[in-house]
Amino acid sequence: MAAKEMRAVYAAALAELAASDPRIVLLEADLMRASGTASFKERYPERLFDLGVAEANMVGVAAGLAAEGKIPFAASFGCFASRRVFDQFFVSCAYARLGVKLVGTDPGVTAAYNGGTHMPFEDLGLMREVPGLDIVEPSDPLSLAALIRELAARPGPAYLRLHRKAVEPLYAEGESFEVGKAKLLREGGDLCIVALGALMVRNSLRAAELLAAEGIAASVIDALSLKPLDAALVLAEARRSGAVLSAENHQVAGGLGSALAELLAETGAARLARVGVRDEFGEVGTQEYLVERFGLRAEDIAQAARRLLAAKVKENA
Amino acid sequence: MRADDRSRLEEAAREIRALTLDAIGFLGVGHVGGALSVVELLAVLYHQVMRVDPADPRWEGRDRLVLSKGHAGPALYAALATRGFFPREWLHTLNKGGTRLPSHCDRNRTPGVDMTTGSLGQGLSAAVGIALANRLDGRSNMVYAVLGDGESDEGQVWEAAMAASQFRLSRLVAFTDCNKLQIDGPTAEVMDLGDLGAKWAAFGWYAQRVDGHDVAAIAEAVGRAAAEGASSGRPSMIVLDTVKGKGASFCEGQASSHNMNLDYETAKKAIAELGFGGRI
Repeated sequence: MAAKEMRAVYAAALAELAASDPRIVLLEADLMRASGTASFKERYPERLFDLGVAEANMVGVAAGLAAEGKIPFAASFGCFASRRVFDQFFVSCAYARLGVKLVGTDPGVTAAYNGGTHMPFEDLGLMREVPGLDIVEPSDPLSLAALIRELAARPGPAYLRLHRKAVEPLYAEGESFEVGKAKLLREGGDLCIVALGALMVRNSLRAAELLAAEGIAASVIDALSLKPLDAALVLAEARRSGAVLSAENHQVAGGLGSALAELLAETGAARLARVGVRDEFGEVGTQEYLVERFGLRAEDIAQAARRLLAAKVKENA
Repeated sequence: MRADDRSRLEEAAREIRALTLDAIGFLGVGHVGGALSVVELLAVLYHQVMRVDPADPRWEGRDRLVLSKGHAGPALYAALATRGFFPREWLHTLNKGGTRLPSHCDRNRTPGVDMTTGSLGQGLSAAVGIALANRLDGRSNMVYAVLGDGESDEGQVWEAAMAASQFRLSRLVAFTDCNKLQIDGPTAEVMDLGDLGAKWAAFGWYAQRVDGHDVAAIAEAVGRAAAEGASSGRPSMIVLDTVKGKGASFCEGQASSHNMNLDYETAKKAIAELGFGGRI
């Protein structure tokens, strides 16, 4: 199957849902074109509200719509959908138990030419602190469409980290997805790489290939949900090899690396290493430059895996 | 307004004021000033203007109210109790662990509360969302929002103001409780709001300014707001000239009344001054 623009999938999945569910409404803050939802607006002009460059108000309006039984999906760049609206989302949506689905686009280095101001390396960390929140980062068109349907069906609020650009499919038609469930994409007994998001899942699969050529068998999990985390699958893999490597397009503090550190420290199931941004701001550049600059390449993941295994061997010696 | 309606509403306001003082006094501390300045408004809304059903607080056809200045919750609870949403005995549970009446409004805890508020500046946005949803669903109810003047320092208020005008929310009526005091002092000295009515008018709203302690003036302004919405499609702002701590001699007109200690004896004395013989 050919690559698909994830934003087109976002708009199409919501339009399909909206056809049978009048509760579905969309909100934008002057980024309708970036989010790809202009097609939704054409089809359902009364059900997409563009609030202008006013994200705080957008989230508050979404809360009011949810209070009346609507299922609002409110989108902006991830930097604005997290940092800029954190208190509005925390109080008016989550604390008020209103099922607003907040969508943060252009995760991490995919913000590329928009640069450091627009590069969310901390949105997942912020959102993990919101009690009871569902947090998902789909990795391909099929998982995105399925998780949108899942989020719409769940009553609570959610944060959807949305890779906007075109990606190749990872999953075949018929695969089912659930919030809180990860997928084991590749088996291997030496270590387990747990990856989050379209970019890092693919880089992790490539890293597993590099490692396989050296005789190292790495399993790869596509986390899909950061919260709830699929602890059962992660722990099963962690106990098999005793070594877990996290890979995320985000700071290692607060995001997937932190979630795994908490899980593994509390259970003692495995040794952990983390690939991700280390206490740095984003910066401008091509995505290719930024992936290298922040150490997110397949080669970086493979190198971290080798170090992790060496440390494990030393520990056991 | 007919004389008997006026005296009925004034009596409701007197009762809401006394119950508010009683609840905060029984607890010993609370947001006295900004609760007492919205009492006449709440009396007019819950005892004259709003279509609500205390037996069915989430009735779809009801008029909604978002108390954006959520710290005035105790006055809203007193108003809801006088309207029969829950027993008056609940008022003595204010802020107790496990209470249904928290300091700031919570839609999940209190029958009759339509929106969770307390982080200032957020309520008008929610009211805009509620009005949009009601219009999508073809309902003709009104949506009311109550803001503080100090709260209007928040930029989000003005984002919501633009949106309400843009979306022509003709059934949205907001009030600013203009008591001219915020926590750190007079609004004119802390952050001068200038001519609030002119600001709202410039944002495309139909703006009025009335005496916020005159029940007839408030009710008539609400009537004009509804008529204006029906004819021009504009949302309405009614700026209420009020006095912080109104009706309680121990704190009237004092910025320190925003959140203050209040011993029960002082509260009872103030209740007596309202003509309730120290008990309500």
